[in-house]
Amino acid sequence: MEMQEKVIKIVSDATKVEAGNIKGETNFVDDLNLDSLDMVEMMMKMEEEFGVEIPEDKTEELKTINDVTNFLKSNAN
Amino acid sequence: MKLYKTKIQGTGKYHPEKVLTNEELSKTVDTSDEWITQRTGIKERRISDLSKDEHPSGMAARAAKEAMKNAGWEPNDVDCILFATTIPDMMLPNTASMLQAALGITNNCACLDVNAACTGWLYGLQMANSLIQTGVYKKVLLVGTEMASGFNNWEDRSTCVLFGDGSGVTALEAQEGDSESFILDSILGSDSSKRMALAMPNGAAMSPITHEILDNKEQYITMDGQVVFKNAVKTMASHCSTLLRRNGLTNDDIDWFIPHQANLRIIETVGKLLDFPAERVITNVQKYANTSSATIPTAMHEAVMDGRIKRGQKVMLAAFGAGLTSGAAILQF
Repeated sequence: MEMQEKVIKIVSDATKVEAGNIKGETNFVDDLNLDSLDMVEMMMKMEEEFGVEIPEDKTEELKTINDVTNFLKSNAN
Repeated sequence: MKLYKTKIQGTGKYHPEKVLTNEELSKTVDTSDEWITQRTGIKERRISDLSKDEHPSGMAARAAKEAMKNAGWEPNDVDCILFATTIPDMMLPNTASMLQAALGITNNCACLDVNAACTGWLYGLQMANSLIQTGVYKKVLLVGTEMASGFNNWEDRSTCVLFGDGSGVTALEAQEGDSESFILDSILGSDSSKRMALAMPNGAAMSPITHEILDNKEQYITMDGQVVFKNAVKTMASHCSTLLRRNGLTNDDIDWFIPHQANLRIIETVGKLLDFPAERVITNVQKYANTSSATIPTAMHEAVMDGRIKRGQKVMLAAFGAGLTSGAAILQF
């Protein structure tokens, strides 16, 4: 599975929004209505899945699926 | 050396009479019942009235009288008072000594305040257990009390909705020989690299109160919620896993789990990480909000009094707080 697909699957599992309705440009706050605690929980799941540390101050910059995928790609071993 | 076991002989609690609901709070702060409930699970909290002596030692005295009555202790039976709080009655003397006076204890027992923020009661439990196991003391009053309204900035909607006032007291007693009640194991720690994520930097030695601080309303608590949330969840889950593993236990062996009551979302996430059944997690954050070091002993007291926690059952406890301190314990009640 591509990294983007895996990210979308995690977001879909957490939000119960169908994976088919989540795109690269989907925005966590505007499109999925997530609050700051939802974001922290989601980032913890990403950290676990990809073994990448996502600092809290980074979380605010990660607004879309593409943002998360790009961050994970550039920080993965 | 002879070793004793530590039994929770009695429990007690006190919360101030005044209830402050989310609806009432949203009249003075830009927030709503829906916003608070969704993010924290909190519906209401209690607020101290100093004219009713609902300061830390005053609340603790009421809770301690109940705990001592349940334990069958007289005031002068107490060998040591460990008082966990972040806001003391006064800078000096310590609040444990204020409580000694309020309880009419005249035996000059040892009195010590413990400040590990919300983890304070759990820190006190490990200290008290060590003192009792080694025979230093026979009867220790372990107090978790917070008058959070003393550090709340009622204009900061991100923090003022989270905290409440209250006190939980536990009467710990040495047992000789076979006892079905004992503290099985505990872990404590602190990650000081995140010490400023939850802080009240002004008003003490490094930064005494000035007119400027008061004008800017900087004498209150500040919090980076995301950092605290993430670390709370991770440390509590990891401490519990460690304790279970090193004692050869699984979730099935634990009758009840009492996590620190800061936020229902944190409690639920820890439960999910541990895969612990929600019906055996004890909560009271909905009624009292986060009362810091008082949350575990008050929740334990309620569960003991309504018959959920029974003698001989295994109870797992976990907490986190400013420091960032954290800890967990497993005991047989």
